[in-house]
Amino acid sequence: MRGRPENLSPEVEARPVVLEIEGLTHYFDSLRAVSNFSVTIKEGELVGLIGPNGAGKTTVFNLITGVYRPTAGSIRYDGAQLVGLPSHEIIQMGIARTFQNIRLFANLTVLDNVLIAYHPHSGYGLADSIFRSRRFREREKVMIERSQEFLEIFGLADRQNDIAGSLPYGLQRRLEIARALATQPRLLLLDEPAAGMNPQEIDQLMELIQFIRERFQLTIFLVEHRMRLVMNICEWITVMDFGEIIARGKPEEVRGDPKVIEAYLGRQAIR
Amino acid sequence: MLQRLRGPNLSFILGSLAFFVVVQILISTGLLNPYWQNILFWGAAMTMVSLGLNLIYGFNGQFSLGQFGFYAIGAYASADITYRWVRNDPSALVVVIFGSILALIFMLGISAFLRRFYGVATLTKFLFNLLAAVLGFFLAVRFINPAIGQPLYQALNGFPQGISQQIVFFLALVGGATLAGIVSYLFGIPVLELGSDYLGIATLGFTIIVKVLLDNTDTLLPFPEMKGARGMVGIPKWTTWPWVFVCFMAVVLVMRNLLHSSTGRAILSVREDERAAELVGINTASTKILAFVVGSVFAGLAGGIRAHDMAFLHPTMFGFLPSFNPLIIIVFGGLGSMTGTIITGFFWIFLLEGLLRLYLPEGFETWRFVVYPLVLLGMMLLRPQGLMGRYEIAFLRRPLPSLRVVKETPPTPAVAPKAEEVAV
Repeated sequence: MRGRPENLSPEVEARPVVLEIEGLTHYFDSLRAVSNFSVTIKEGELVGLIGPNGAGKTTVFNLITGVYRPTAGSIRYDGAQLVGLPSHEIIQMGIARTFQNIRLFANLTVLDNVLIAYHPHSGYGLADSIFRSRRFREREKVMIERSQEFLEIFGLADRQNDIAGSLPYGLQRRLEIARALATQPRLLLLDEPAAGMNPQEIDQLMELIQFIRERFQLTIFLVEHRMRLVMNICEWITVMDFGEIIARGKPEEVRGDPKVIEAYLGRQAIR
Repeated sequence: MLQRLRGPNLSFILGSLAFFVVVQILISTGLLNPYWQNILFWGAAMTMVSLGLNLIYGFNGQFSLGQFGFYAIGAYASADITYRWVRNDPSALVVVIFGSILALIFMLGISAFLRRFYGVATLTKFLFNLLAAVLGFFLAVRFINPAIGQPLYQALNGFPQGISQQIVFFLALVGGATLAGIVSYLFGIPVLELGSDYLGIATLGFTIIVKVLLDNTDTLLPFPEMKGARGMVGIPKWTTWPWVFVCFMAVVLVMRNLLHSSTGRAILSVREDERAAELVGINTASTKILAFVVGSVFAGLAGGIRAHDMAFLHPTMFGFLPSFNPLIIIVFGGLGSMTGTIITGFFWIFLLEGLLRLYLPEGFETWRFVVYPLVLLGMMLLRPQGLMGRYEIAFLRRPLPSLRVVKETPPTPAVAPKAEEVAV
């Protein structure tokens, strides 16, 4: 199959496809940011996308989530074409993402941040909220309880009424993941979750990712810079440079690939 | 029901009722002379306009200068309804009310229809909705008005005169507000796609268009009774303190309940970070339109109140300079604070039209336009976040849910360390 390494176990290959990207190409004016990018992710996999700065990794995420519309190519999630859909519909279909530079609703409380992600599932309308109907009160209670459960899982329960922007960096990352999961996704896109973290924090993050993956039965696609994280948790990796795929395979294979070493360290390093 | 009316809610309701009664007594006994009464009503109308703008700009983050355009639409539409009514002509009432109903039905239908397609261009959406609205009003003018105009007039006049007047006034206020809402919806579809500064310019353009149209109501538009730039006279003076109070409280309560709901959180999230809001599944386009329409409906309602208090409307009342008043008020009071807007809204009219006009020495009336920029300048230098910042009185404050009581040991993994450990 295209967009996957060939030596994965038959057990994994038998699972249904969650995300299938084919021939994805995107130009910013005349600058080719992504060129003929393909990847196929099956249910429950944890796939990494790595590459040097400016390789087009985040652009791929932005294309998946509808921030940009690709110049060419197709993105299928669960068989449904995503190209051309507005972002919020893509998110509501079950894809959630985090951002490289944390984008919380900084002036709102921690709990509000999670509650906002619940809005599409709020289950009551404008009239309910203006007239404070019974449905409003019941649904609101349920939403708050669910969100609090999320905060508990992420160790943020006691900070629920703090302003999100006042949290320390590590907790903001955590909150962003919690908010993404509150949209009830099946596929989680993590954009450089380890950015700005020290090795000890990265270890914690790896455990957290493994944990949410089990707990919420997620398929995870992550963009990362830090080899420590990628090499340890990803089942297989796609490597990009200058918008093109230069290697694909299991972590240990990719690590030794001369093209990858060249992309990261320059041609000199190979000799 | 009664159990929910405790604490701040109860004291707010009792407090506002007491305020209502006190003012009513002052008016009835003649202690509050018509001049100050006018200031009070004007203050309430201006506060309603400003609350609407605060919803759009302070809470939703969309910089709009179009608020006075919708204020003008509400004022002129409701004034036209009652003006014609007292001259035995129910056509304006029928056209505005039934036209609005038809237009809303058609626009709902069109929106439901367009939702079945992916990637409908904004302009297409705008044109279809515009056609739907025009069709609604056309049908009302062409068919509904001739058919039910006179019978409706007879039926409403079957009531005692006082009652039919109140009904017509109510319908006029609703009609003006609805019309403002429909126009803002149509206008909002294309312009709310714009980024903040561009939106400001576009909405400023809207205010100017409305002003120019009002200058030419008798030439460009088929409304000779509005008398263009000479000003519309002969509007019945029907605004009374109970009407002002009810409308004002309705605006405050609707806005509060809206903001304290899930939709309200969505509105806030758009202000905080539109991209992030879109990427947690919020339909930011419709959220922005919602806030814009609700804010404009508030302005339209305030226009109706103001028109029937002044009994006179002139296009310069809705011109370029006065249109900045709501913006000044909300920035002064604190963007994103209803409390601040309410205090400043009344204070602003009280200061400009009351205190400065009365108590500056003879011949110095124009100095109020020197005093108030100075007040603004001082305010921005000393307290740029506004009088109240984002402070709200207890009744208007968004409730903070109490911490969840954990029954069993939560399934916290070893990976979710205490907050302190993660702190960088």
